[in-house]
Amino acid sequence: MIRYVIRRVLLLFVLLIVVSFLTFSIFFAVPKFTGQSTAVLFAGKSPTPAAVADVEKKLGLDKPFFVQYGSFMKGIVVGRDFVSGSGTEHCPAPCFGYSFVNDRPVWTELKEAMPVTFSLAIGAAILWLITGVGVGIISALKKRSWFDRLSMGIALAGVSLPIYFTGLVMLKLFSYQWHIFNNVHYAPFLDNPISWASNLILPWVALAFLYAALYARLTRSGMLETMGEDYIRTARAKGLKESRVIGRHGLRAALTPIVTIFGLDVGGLLGGAILTEYTFGFPGIGKMSVDGVFRRDLPVILGVTLFAAFFILLANLIVDLLYAVVDPRVRYT
Amino acid sequence: MRRQRLLLAAVPLSVLALVATACGGSSGGGGGAPKAGKAEFNGALNALVNPSTAKGGTLQMATVGDCDYWDPARTYYAFCWNMQRFISRGLMAYKAVPGPDGASVVPDLAEEAGKPTDGNKTWTYKIKKGLKLENGEAITSKLIKYGVERIFAGDVINGGPTYFVTFLCPGKTDKTGACPTYAGPYKDKAADKLGLSTIETPDDNTIIFKLNQPFGDFNYLAAMPGTTPVPIAYDQNTKTGGAKYTFKPVASGPYKVGPYSPGKKITLVRNTNWDAASDPFRKALPDSVVLTINSNAQDVDNRIVAGTVDLDPGGTGVQVATQQKVLRDLNLKNRADNPFTGFTRYFAINVNVPPFNNVECRKAVEYAVNKVDIQTARGGPIGGGAVATTMLNPNIQGYTSFDLYPNGADHRGDLAKAREALTNCGKPNGFSTKLTTTNAGKGPPVAEALQNALKRVGIKVTIEAGDPASYYSQFIGAPATNKSKGFGIMVAGWGADFPTGYGFFSQIVDGRAIKAQGNSNYAELNSQKVNGLIDQANAATSATDAAKLWGDVDKAVMEEAAEVPYLYDKALLLHSSRLKNIYVTAAFGMYDYQALGVL
Repeated sequence: MIRYVIRRVLLLFVLLIVVSFLTFSIFFAVPKFTGQSTAVLFAGKSPTPAAVADVEKKLGLDKPFFVQYGSFMKGIVVGRDFVSGSGTEHCPAPCFGYSFVNDRPVWTELKEAMPVTFSLAIGAAILWLITGVGVGIISALKKRSWFDRLSMGIALAGVSLPIYFTGLVMLKLFSYQWHIFNNVHYAPFLDNPISWASNLILPWVALAFLYAALYARLTRSGMLETMGEDYIRTARAKGLKESRVIGRHGLRAALTPIVTIFGLDVGGLLGGAILTEYTFGFPGIGKMSVDGVFRRDLPVILGVTLFAAFFILLANLIVDLLYAVVDPRVRYT
Repeated sequence: MRRQRLLLAAVPLSVLALVATACGGSSGGGGGAPKAGKAEFNGALNALVNPSTAKGGTLQMATVGDCDYWDPARTYYAFCWNMQRFISRGLMAYKAVPGPDGASVVPDLAEEAGKPTDGNKTWTYKIKKGLKLENGEAITSKLIKYGVERIFAGDVINGGPTYFVTFLCPGKTDKTGACPTYAGPYKDKAADKLGLSTIETPDDNTIIFKLNQPFGDFNYLAAMPGTTPVPIAYDQNTKTGGAKYTFKPVASGPYKVGPYSPGKKITLVRNTNWDAASDPFRKALPDSVVLTINSNAQDVDNRIVAGTVDLDPGGTGVQVATQQKVLRDLNLKNRADNPFTGFTRYFAINVNVPPFNNVECRKAVEYAVNKVDIQTARGGPIGGGAVATTMLNPNIQGYTSFDLYPNGADHRGDLAKAREALTNCGKPNGFSTKLTTTNAGKGPPVAEALQNALKRVGIKVTIEAGDPASYYSQFIGAPATNKSKGFGIMVAGWGADFPTGYGFFSQIVDGRAIKAQGNSNYAELNSQKVNGLIDQANAATSATDAAKLWGDVDKAVMEEAAEVPYLYDKALLLHSSRLKNIYVTAAFGMYDYQALGVL
């Protein structure tokens, strides 16, 4: 088991290095090939060649590609210095680069955006897991009942409707029209936990509606399949209580695919819930990445890409490890 | 195009004379008692709507993007110059009144407007005594000089306008626009970091600017945020100054920067060291000002409609869906205004790309263009703007209404005249050319409208689209590339940095301003007549003379037929129902944010 974990962690880092190399190549090498210096974008309006050269020097864009990449990777581990005309700017580890636009380390920006995205993703994940799995179980157990038909109909709508539709409808009704959640914005948890939660309710519900629908359908089909297995009949024949049959034998087996997809979904969301953040105007990692693209802030795009890749890979690893907990048949060697 | 939007609201022709006489700065205050207006559509264009003097509350603003910089020397976005009025005071400032007089400048930190001597080459200001910065440091001429010096440090303090470098570089700037003799205060060898020889500070309350060439509009430069005093020790500290100054600039105005998360939210709180009695116009009504950045423009509009946000300071107007809602609903319409933004939209015809080296071929385009179709493509008369026939827009001093190429009573094109011009050009059956535009937003439909209009007289246009982020600086900003690629016509737009002919024309029609890179004279117009008139206007000692000469420059430019103006930009602005003290300032073509209240 330990050897397996070590092997997977090493693989995680190898994959991150591959992702970093590819994204770095795209973002930093392409401008060189197209003949347009990236520095032009950040040297002010109608910049003089001297100003462009100064910015190139400050950002290290005048150096060969592999030197730049080496500096970037070294910065993640030990930090690095950026020399500007007014002094030297130290970017502490983990240094994902220096935002051209905001004149700040990307890591500083990521740290500010993380609580927003984490609040959004984790709260919504709890909500959709409870409601999605719960509705799925009840639907499976009450197959073809009015509850089953109604909940699966709603689930179908949830899967079909994009977040920017449900989000806008919720904003229109609960914020603009009925003023129940006025001026929805992100309020830091430490400043005011009640305000934090009340401002997050609409985004949580909007996000959870989309995912819960998917989970309900997945849980229902998994449970229906599992509850028809021979060992369930055996468990019942042994005289086990129905709740134990469902919880211990039925649900546990049906959970494996749910755990897989849950890990990937949460991992993906931690890298930025772009549409939700955009719809509700929350300054999270997703918005940061979109802003980075629109403002051509290449280090930000690179930093967010690596950050998102890290969480997706980490979520994969955790999911793989959880299989052994969920399914006793799984053993790692 | 200057990438930032700046300047000016609607200016009825009858009152342009007022603006002209105000040129050069008035020594009066900035306020007075403006005419009260009704809370109705366009009510705030020329009058004060919902007047109030009640202090308190929080002014809630939201817009799609943060300021480029909060450092007064680096910001170049029009709305950020407007926001700077909360926190920064310069030598001069735009007068805080509704209507066209708002485009004139009044003394702010200065006791009175700058006095020119030596044929507009030396400008002297006396500074008010006893004023303090947010940190308690006394505001002196040296701190203002230091603030201007920072603009010379292009490697650190980039992004903002560089007029001060152009006019105050000891000797002359080089061909690239850089100053070879002074590199800014971070490389300044003088112990006090005040080594720029062209600015003298004989005492703490006097500052003398010695320009390297005559410049009659210097009081307008002094109204830019660049003359804000900057504390030297704070800025020289690498932890707080230089490139980091933008995160916590030291305030001289009624508010200072409170909690700030770049790209997300900024809160301005009261600056207790601000001296209200010395301020010519700032009311400082709200206790705090909050600007939230929200990428979802439609959500921003919805919040203003719902009243949870007071206004969008971006000043570019509401989204199309909101525009329709506002125009249909009288309650909303009464909370809206539709000022000119100060931008002129035009096509630049490259005089160095055949067959446009022949003026008659350029005239054919002037006559054939269908300006109504283009107006529709840009959003119609409300969201787009009014049909233009001159480069100067109605808000700039020297504007006069004329039309050298009347293209039909309805501006849909005079095809007979266009064909006549083509015949004179030696291309009676038309020709082929390339038209450049941005590949997003309103660029493509505008280009297609021109393409369709020119097809009617046999001019076949191929559209080449460029990325908006680098369209002006790179896609059409290099004359050699334009020529080699055969870019004959370019979709362009321009707003003045300050509302004078120089502010509008200096970069886009002066042949001596053509640059190898980052060029803004897209037509590459280099006319002796135009250049000569520009020199005369710059040397004029009276505002009236200068305004007339800039009007002559406009006519001379249009005679060359190298620019085809088609629209004076407008924006539909909306505010919350609780907002007080509202008027559009002619200086920015937006609401005057510093005047607003919420109680």
